[in-house]
Amino acid sequence: MREGLSGNKGWQPHWRDAEPKAEYDAIIIGGGGHGLSTAYYLAKEHGMTNIAVIEKGYLGGGNVGRNTTIVRANYFLDGNSQFYSHSLKLWENLEQDLNYNVMLSQRGQLMLCHSDGQRDAYARRGNSIVGQGDDAELLDVEGVRKIAPYLDFENTRFPIYGGLLQRRSGTARHDAVAWGYARGASERGVDLIQQCEVTGIDIENGVVRGVQTTRGAIRAKKVGIVVAGRSSQVAAMAGMRLPIESHVLQAFVTEGLKPVIDNVISFGMGHFYISQSDKGGLVFGGDLDFYSSYAARGNLPMVEHVMEAGMTLMPMIGKAKVLRSWGGIMDMTPDGSPIIDKTETEGLFVNCGWCYGGFKAVPGSGNSFAHLMATGEHHAPAARFRLDRFRTGRGLMDEEGTGAQHNLH
Amino acid sequence: MRIECPLCGGRDRREFYYKGAALVRPDVDAGAQAWDGYVHLRENPAGATLDLWQHEAGCGAWLVVSRDTVTHEVYGVQLAAAYSVGARA
Repeated sequence: MREGLSGNKGWQPHWRDAEPKAEYDAIIIGGGGHGLSTAYYLAKEHGMTNIAVIEKGYLGGGNVGRNTTIVRANYFLDGNSQFYSHSLKLWENLEQDLNYNVMLSQRGQLMLCHSDGQRDAYARRGNSIVGQGDDAELLDVEGVRKIAPYLDFENTRFPIYGGLLQRRSGTARHDAVAWGYARGASERGVDLIQQCEVTGIDIENGVVRGVQTTRGAIRAKKVGIVVAGRSSQVAAMAGMRLPIESHVLQAFVTEGLKPVIDNVISFGMGHFYISQSDKGGLVFGGDLDFYSSYAARGNLPMVEHVMEAGMTLMPMIGKAKVLRSWGGIMDMTPDGSPIIDKTETEGLFVNCGWCYGGFKAVPGSGNSFAHLMATGEHHAPAARFRLDRFRTGRGLMDEEGTGAQHNLH
Repeated sequence: MRIECPLCGGRDRREFYYKGAALVRPDVDAGAQAWDGYVHLRENPAGATLDLWQHEAGCGAWLVVSRDTVTHEVYGVQLAAAYSVGARA
């Protein structure tokens, strides 16, 4: 308030820009949302403050700085549903915990259904969500109409039969989450080291000893890899091949408009989803481009497809002008669910495979990964995110029911 | 992105279905580790890569495409049959 009335001239940096020390108890590779939240919970809940986050660019400059900001806990499968429930509860207390405004807005997310079969599946999903203590409401057409009267209900191909609403879902300010965790970690003594790229992982006799970086070698007793789309490259430094293919996912934002969409709405046919930011821009996206890519930009056919899906669902947005679009690099796993696990190297841990859903997982992922790194034991909410589930076939979490192969999610 | 089909000529990316990395299929009895490597584990390179595409909306041929995952440049395309992907290691 004081800053608002005095020209915003008094702000101080929110974290220390640290220089690397020679040795730490633990190093987190990757200063994105998941890496910063891991560092925060290691310091806060496990008392590990002699640790560092190493980031090759700047903090929060990757996917946490460019996403569609949706927070929800309406997953269906055992293993996923408990984890996202845990993460949403952390979100709900995050501002108090960090003393930082992450602008969590629980405006509700509505998933639309367009056939009897899809409605039945949503009824089952909703019941299982309610059964584990979270909220879900199955709406009929009139229920949807009250929330979103502007949808094309009579669409010939995709008529709206109803929807599954989770009122505790919503959006959050994406950058603020990274900044809040960074400040919280830095205040507790964590070194946040930017412009420092990891170039190698030192392993002796199957035990991790530290990392090589562009700013010299740093010894560490434990190392956690939390680098999203670049997971394969960093894991390769430890001689690992991961079950990950990196794909590009595009998102779009329009010019600012007056308030018109007051929740998050997802189209039940395809992946189109939309919400309106606090600045008024419509923020929306769709499917992956469907081929492996590190380009951080997408192809026009998917731009066209997303626009068509939006126009099919809500023709009223047709005159809004798209202001910008971007493409993020997604670490896709074969079954579409993440990995939080140990590796065959002692002291080396991996947190990856968040596919196109990493933002909502930021608090839970850091919380559970910190638990694993500190105690060596899997944290109950994330205990199913095993690396070996693909090899054994046990515990696959394929939410879409399409199979556990790379090109299917 | 456009892909040069050896049979049909240059066509829009939308005519092609992407399968994934072009790998040599292990023997049926090669064991769980070899099959895990083939089905799940990936080099996932940032740069030059070889992957399998099918000219789904054209001639239907399976293709091995050599391209760059960072620039989206396509270096070359061969028929998968000629490349012998799928041949026993």
